[in-house]
Amino acid sequence: MDTVDLISVAASTLRLGTPLILAALAGLFSERAGVIDIGLEGKLLGAAFAAAAIASVTGSPWAALAGAMLTSIALALLHGYAAITLNGNQVVSGMALNILISGLTPTLATAWFNQGGQTPPLVESQRFGAVALPFADDLAGVPVFGPIYSGLLSGQNLLVYLAFLVVPAAAWLLFATRFGLRLRAVGENPHAVDAAGLSVAGLRYRAIIITGALAGIGGAYLSIAQGAGFARDMTAGRGYLALAALIFGRWRPAPTLLACLLFAFADAAQLRLQGVSLPVLGVIPVQFVQALPYILTVILLAGVGGTARAPKAIGIPFVKSR
Amino acid sequence: MTPRRPLPAPVEYALIPLVNLLASLVVAAGVLALIGADPLDALGSMAEGAVGSAEAWGYTLYYATNFILTGLAVALPFHAGLFNIGGEGQATMGGLGVALVCLGFGGYSLWLVLPLAIAAAMLCGAAWAAVPAWLQARRGSHLVITTIMFNFLAAALMTYLLVDVLRVPGNGSPETRVFDPSAFLPPMDALLGLLGVPFPSTPLNISLLLALMIALLFWVLVWHTRWGYEIRAVGHSPDAARYAGISISRVILASVMLGGALAGLVAVNEVMGVHHRLFLGFSNGYGFVGIAVALMGRNHPLGIVLAAVLFGALYQGGTELAFDHPEITREIVVVVEGLVILFCGAFENAFRGPIEALFGRTGAKPA
Amino acid sequence: MAVSLRGITKRFGPVLANDDVSFDVARGTIHGIIGENGAGKSTVMSILYGLTASDGGEILIDGRTVTIARSADAIGLGIGMVHQHFMLVDSFSVLENLVLGVEGGWRLSRGLDTARARVTALTRTYGLELDLDALVGDLPVGLRQRVEILKALYRGAHTLVLDEPTGVLTPDEADQLFEILRTLRAEGKTVLLITHKLREIMAVTDRVTVMRAGRVVAEVATADTSREALAVLMVGRALAPLPGKREIAGGPAVLATEGLSVTDAAGIRRVDDLTLSIRAGEIVGIAGVSGNGQSELLAALAGTLPIAGGRVMWRGQPWPSGLGPRDRRRQGLAHIPEDRLRMGLIGAFHAYESAILGYQDDPDYSAGPLLRTGRICDETRRRMSDYDVRPADVDLRSALFSGGNQQKLISAREMERAPAALLVGQPTRGVDIGAIDFIHRRLIALRDRGTAILLVSVELEEILALADRILVMVDGRVVGEVSRADATEQALGLLMAGVRDVAA
Repeated sequence: MDTVDLISVAASTLRLGTPLILAALAGLFSERAGVIDIGLEGKLLGAAFAAAAIASVTGSPWAALAGAMLTSIALALLHGYAAITLNGNQVVSGMALNILISGLTPTLATAWFNQGGQTPPLVESQRFGAVALPFADDLAGVPVFGPIYSGLLSGQNLLVYLAFLVVPAAAWLLFATRFGLRLRAVGENPHAVDAAGLSVAGLRYRAIIITGALAGIGGAYLSIAQGAGFARDMTAGRGYLALAALIFGRWRPAPTLLACLLFAFADAAQLRLQGVSLPVLGVIPVQFVQALPYILTVILLAGVGGTARAPKAIGIPFVKSR
Repeated sequence: MTPRRPLPAPVEYALIPLVNLLASLVVAAGVLALIGADPLDALGSMAEGAVGSAEAWGYTLYYATNFILTGLAVALPFHAGLFNIGGEGQATMGGLGVALVCLGFGGYSLWLVLPLAIAAAMLCGAAWAAVPAWLQARRGSHLVITTIMFNFLAAALMTYLLVDVLRVPGNGSPETRVFDPSAFLPPMDALLGLLGVPFPSTPLNISLLLALMIALLFWVLVWHTRWGYEIRAVGHSPDAARYAGISISRVILASVMLGGALAGLVAVNEVMGVHHRLFLGFSNGYGFVGIAVALMGRNHPLGIVLAAVLFGALYQGGTELAFDHPEITREIVVVVEGLVILFCGAFENAFRGPIEALFGRTGAKPA
Repeated sequence: MAVSLRGITKRFGPVLANDDVSFDVARGTIHGIIGENGAGKSTVMSILYGLTASDGGEILIDGRTVTIARSADAIGLGIGMVHQHFMLVDSFSVLENLVLGVEGGWRLSRGLDTARARVTALTRTYGLELDLDALVGDLPVGLRQRVEILKALYRGAHTLVLDEPTGVLTPDEADQLFEILRTLRAEGKTVLLITHKLREIMAVTDRVTVMRAGRVVAEVATADTSREALAVLMVGRALAPLPGKREIAGGPAVLATEGLSVTDAAGIRRVDDLTLSIRAGEIVGIAGVSGNGQSELLAALAGTLPIAGGRVMWRGQPWPSGLGPRDRRRQGLAHIPEDRLRMGLIGAFHAYESAILGYQDDPDYSAGPLLRTGRICDETRRRMSDYDVRPADVDLRSALFSGGNQQKLISAREMERAPAALLVGQPTRGVDIGAIDFIHRRLIALRDRGTAILLVSVELEEILALADRILVMVDGRVVGEVSRADATEQALGLLMAGVRDVAA
């Protein structure tokens, strides 16, 4: 592959990685606060549908983005109610929401748009488009830096830039603010937080609201930025990949970002490996290549082990000790 | 913490699941109203389509066969405290096993082919569950994520096999050739015909009997064998299990793999009993319904059979409903599925409180 | 008076944990509250700190009657509690743990800087030297306790309550703690020290309140009393009639250890080079306050905890170190565990299912894979009748039996198979008098039939009533062995309370 191809793959990686990054960071806040969130997939899908539907009806991508975030937050609160207030099984709750959304979205889509479970294709004005960074064209000719700037960094979707800004923002929120300290504490030892006179439930609810907001952006990206509309099950497991990236990234923003990019790279690469003949192995069947991200997930989880550095109190319903 | 006195069995195993189901249906009705359909009318259509005729019953029970199997597939690991989401992939791989046997042994007697097919289905399903099981037992890798990944991988593998390897040359669709008729499972109407009972032609076949027998064996295994004892011990109290010298990792492996085997049996119904060939996506979401069925049936085979029939009715009714009302898709059933899992699984404690108070069961145990 | 309690009463179900408890604590003193486990000390402190509400009585702080409904109220009144089980976040630094909840603004770095200055001043004043940036999880237990103390001081506590603070400390760390307490006193703070260890009371307190069975039985100035006097007050005068001298069977050693060392999950050595042996037909009692390695010793002997050093011997032959509980049972070692709810039974199982826990493979109970449910139920019924378990319902869930009946079920299970050796941990904790008597008689009968029994208990009366030989464990080691003929409660109490030299 020459430079142009490399830049192209890298640009794809950034594009494909965006929903993963947003979903993984969403999960980061929940899990750091001690709430397992298997339901990232459902939040992404629900948000994607909401965004596409609202964009289609109102024509405004910003309204769609807001709607997507609200939808995802609502789902997150539902999960939170089950997990935090009812002390229910958090894994089951997440799965329930995933299944519910996978059925609800095509039902609503068919009923409202009559397109067999999809939303109508969106036009440019209804979506988020590519943003050209200043001087992108002028700098294109500069050796080394030029192609990177104009081919890779510039011309990405608005939401891609947003996603990459969210990473340091999340790190800052988590590690440099009072809220972040308390949130991390509640995931490690909620009894300590309780003894300090703070509300464990309040902190956890706030965390999952952030989860909902970020997942909402991720879902919106899928349908009104990367894609041009909603299609049945369009998330294709990204929510679970994001969760695996989070685990592999030891619940820290920067390594999680890298893990997401790794998955995205696998995805970007597989698009280019389809039909390509490799030495010794010959042409790898396209299905295997497409399955690369999923295989990678399993390998990563096998190497890491599940709960190596998970927040200590994760998944354990908080019951005040006497 | 003082344990509450348990509710009487009919309340625990019938009333609470029923209340949860009712709540799910109420919300689903709300969804229907939201999309402009009349919920009562829809309910009527569904009921009619599901149990309004012998033919409807045939379809309902045919679906129920699958749900019994996938429900048991989820319930067994649940007894060990684990959540097996891999039913789809395990069923798919079961299909591979069944297809290979049926294709390879075409022309032989069913008495030979059926047991072989059952064995192949179970082996393939178990094998597909083995890697996630091992990863959970030895590496602590989250079973939910790994089994979901293996669902995707099964679909990918099956696509490859059906497109490139097992496809009939010249045929466009990714599927195997139709099996030799000797490998067809007798449909139920034929069986009943032998007994002189008229029954319309439906996909319902003898694999229903297989599923019921498996449910019975499940009951024996979990509550009447020492293996079941060990599984339940690990699920309730890993500390006590260790005290008793039970190997927790071995229990994890065995229960998850056996769950996979049970899911694999779906293929006996679908591939051997109904479609008589292997094609993509025959597992059709049944693995996920299994979760709802297991939760609703409280992981008990009797409850699972009843819940499976109920969901069979929902599936069949949903198909009829979508037929009559084009604006409602079959996915409304998946909505109900998700709601049932939500209410029976996650919101379980929501209704429990008031019901326990109703039956006067709150309070400390006798000293 | 900094703190006064008047007529505090608290009932938990049928148990009267606090019965008209009254005492005064003068400002600027270190006041000890001593009593055995279950005497009611922790309940009093929970009430003082707002974790539990009393059923009657009142609390006065600085002479004013107050209501303490929540921990926040207690903190507001200047009461700081250092819990037995630390409320710390292991992955945070010391400083972060200290400021949690009082960070001083949403910008963490600014709050931490301010806090650092204040905390450093505090550490100097009270001699609580600490590396503020160290991760709490890396600190030894003694330093973690300092963090807890600092937390209370940082929030402006005038009165510090320490609940069994030395339970997790080595003797050196305990001495350092006492220094800190003296400094606190010098700076005008009031300290309430709850403990069952006489050494601490004598070492550092000004006055001491003695509690027994929920009541205050004495309040004296420490200078006016002695360990022995306090031991008598603590333990009470109800001496079980000691059975007459008995010829020990003198059978061969069935179960023995040689230089056994066991470390727990956190890597702390809990059993330290321990050698003991139990002969057929004798009961060896291990007396000692819990937390001195007895649990780990039992677990290592039962096969549920790996051994870090030394050997376990069965009938003179060493057991392979990885031998599992199942094989040990097959060879004839039975085990009545200390934690009956988490280990001895499975709460959700029917009584007849718990009745075969550990023995489910036995041919008596399973024919091939199938459980011989009928037979199991019959045998369980027999045991229930034999051991007077009520209700005699084999289908009842194990968790629903009372403590005493649960213990009888477990005892029946472990004793009725005529084991060659039996490990018994806290057999009568939380058990009613009738059941206690029953279990004791059964243990003696088992011994008379030739079983080697190792009995671990914090109840002195129990040890004295049953054991032929008594070993006292402190800090993972055996610090003394007494034969029953020579055993007195006072002597054992002193050994148990950490007074190494009995003659002192």
